[in-house]
Amino acid sequence: MALVQQQPQSRTQAQQKLEPWRDPKQKPYVRVDKVTKKFDDFVAVDDVSLSIYRGEFFSLLGGSGSGKTTLLRMLAGFETPTEGKIFIDGVDMSGVPPYRRPVNMMFQSYALFPHMTVEGNVAFGLKQDGLPKAEIADRVREMLDLVQLGQFSKRKPHQLSGGQRQRVALARALVKRPKLLLLDEPLGALDKKLREQTQFELVNIQEKVGITFVVVTHDQEEAMTMSSRIAVMNKGYIAQVGTPTEIYEYPNTRFVAEFIGSVNMFAGRVVESEPDHSLIRSEEAGCDLYVAHPGHLAPGSPCWVAVRPEKIVISKDPAADAVGRNQTQGTVREIAYLGDVSIYDVDLDSGKRVRVTAPNLTRRTEMPITWEDRVYLSWRPFAGSVLTE
Amino acid sequence: MGLVEKAADIAEHGTDGARTGAAPVAASRPPAGLGFLGRFRPGRGLVLAVPYFWLLFFFLVPFVIVLKIALSETTIAIPPYTPMFEWDPDTLQLSIDIKFGSFSYLFTDNLYILAYLNSLWIAFISTILCLLIGYPVAYAIAKAEPSWRAPLLMLVILPFWTSFLIRVYAWIGLLGNGGLVTETVNTVLMGLGLIAEPLQILYTPTAAYIGITYSYLPFMILPLYATLEKMDNTLLEAASDLGCPPWRAFLTITLPLSLPGILAGSLLVFIPATGEFVIPELLGGPDTLMIGKVLWAEFFNNRDWPVASAVAIALLLFLVVPIMLFQQVQGQQQGGGKG
Repeated sequence: MALVQQQPQSRTQAQQKLEPWRDPKQKPYVRVDKVTKKFDDFVAVDDVSLSIYRGEFFSLLGGSGSGKTTLLRMLAGFETPTEGKIFIDGVDMSGVPPYRRPVNMMFQSYALFPHMTVEGNVAFGLKQDGLPKAEIADRVREMLDLVQLGQFSKRKPHQLSGGQRQRVALARALVKRPKLLLLDEPLGALDKKLREQTQFELVNIQEKVGITFVVVTHDQEEAMTMSSRIAVMNKGYIAQVGTPTEIYEYPNTRFVAEFIGSVNMFAGRVVESEPDHSLIRSEEAGCDLYVAHPGHLAPGSPCWVAVRPEKIVISKDPAADAVGRNQTQGTVREIAYLGDVSIYDVDLDSGKRVRVTAPNLTRRTEMPITWEDRVYLSWRPFAGSVLTE
Repeated sequence: MGLVEKAADIAEHGTDGARTGAAPVAASRPPAGLGFLGRFRPGRGLVLAVPYFWLLFFFLVPFVIVLKIALSETTIAIPPYTPMFEWDPDTLQLSIDIKFGSFSYLFTDNLYILAYLNSLWIAFISTILCLLIGYPVAYAIAKAEPSWRAPLLMLVILPFWTSFLIRVYAWIGLLGNGGLVTETVNTVLMGLGLIAEPLQILYTPTAAYIGITYSYLPFMILPLYATLEKMDNTLLEAASDLGCPPWRAFLTITLPLSLPGILAGSLLVFIPATGEFVIPELLGGPDTLMIGKVLWAEFFNNRDWPVASAVAIALLLFLVVPIMLFQQVQGQQQGGGKG
């Protein structure tokens, strides 16, 4: 949880310079135009349109069967869209076979050639272009140094560890300097510790080589850490595209809100809808919910208010400025102490269970809140999001 | 929620890790005595003994008998060779009589050397033919829809349901003058003006090649199929992704990775084809000189068991030496790969 909250902020600072999607004059580098892919009757990718800009680290995030891998394979040319078109750097890719596309892919299984050395694997793509031997050797060495595998160049893939194999696969895909690098669950086969290290390594390498990355992942933490933007996919369609902060703080649907991180969802009905706020009456929450975003729903319409656990303040005393809004009462049922934060599960008087995370600012032994305590939960006007579906 | 309970437990007992830390160590220690029982496994030795006894009684013992006959001389008796051990009850002496005459005899007549070389040549050509036909077949089956693979493999194995001998006899009919195959070939070639006279196929070395290739083809297809079917398709996708067109991907990825299958299939064809007797005898005619026919002639026509045995042992050496060399090279490659 802590990582999820911290990373988007540190990334967004670096991204202030690079946000081409906000600039209408910028031309997208990769354009997916109303692409649909059907396998017999099954619709794997459903009318997807995407614009990806040069130098982006773009993630396709979704559960299994969400169509993210199929979309990636269509970019690589292994699958042909049933409908729609894909443009890379302005060129229509329909009918272009994989071996003629300016695209390279890092496979989930790495797909290293078992009968070739590390060097042979990395050189393979360059040999296909018929480059001079000396140039191939130079570029292979340079690339192996970049991924810190210089001394392993004569080894065969089965003599390497999982992390080393992953880096060979990356080097092999990068060495041709493709216009677009596709990565299918690039960290999926690594253990947790190595995965966290490699996330940052991958971002550093991407910044160094400046190649546009499109990554498929099911791991939201991974996507949040690495990406400039994320497309959340569900059942073949794109639920939301945005920066990690936008996806996390301003989910546009219940699906996105619940898929990324954990969230408390209060059912209610719109009472006031104004240009600067909405007021939602919710029996489940036990109080009125004031959301300081432009109201987009007519009064009376049913909706949900999503509030992230870390946005809620848990206290034994009521907040001074609450006036019956965004403040409710409940009883602490469960406490999980995770070191840096504690997770509290609180049962509201309506029976609704709410999750709250709070940083452990003081030593645990001075526990201020304990089991079966009556507590006040409150949050700020900007904390919630009003969702309809 | 286990996490919450565990956290609650820690919270209640403070951060006293010693107590919780010690418990799993005690739990993971296996009960004494089980390890001892695990080592005493009489069934394992019995199971392993079965193949050893099989090889001992049905391979090593007969081989020693053949070797013993080869080291004797032919004589008019039953059995028709001189005994190696003779026990004289009067003098109480055991005389051992070892003769290398039958082995040296193999070098006195060109026939044997020629027959050996010719057998190796015919086996080699037939292996190449089997490979050229078998590889595309195995490849096609391996790339077919999964539901099609079993029936297609069945078709490859189907001829085994008929006796080998009957299938070879069938080729006599097909290849003879007026036979379906010979007739078709002759009509086509003469129609094209390539030949003036009809070809004779039966009782020529060509017929032996056809017969051997036909009979041993399944032994080539099956190991090739096993290797190709296991091959990871994403390797070809990776090659394609790196700019490699399909035909080059076949040469640089598929072919090298199927080498074990090629070697296994080639050995399975080459070894029995070298000693083949029935096919050259029935289809090849008198011009097809093969060591199997020579062996037969020595044994049944000449009733020279020692020379026939020497021919058999020499053939074994011809084949065993290259196989052992091959296995050693392969073992080195694998050992080097692991280290």
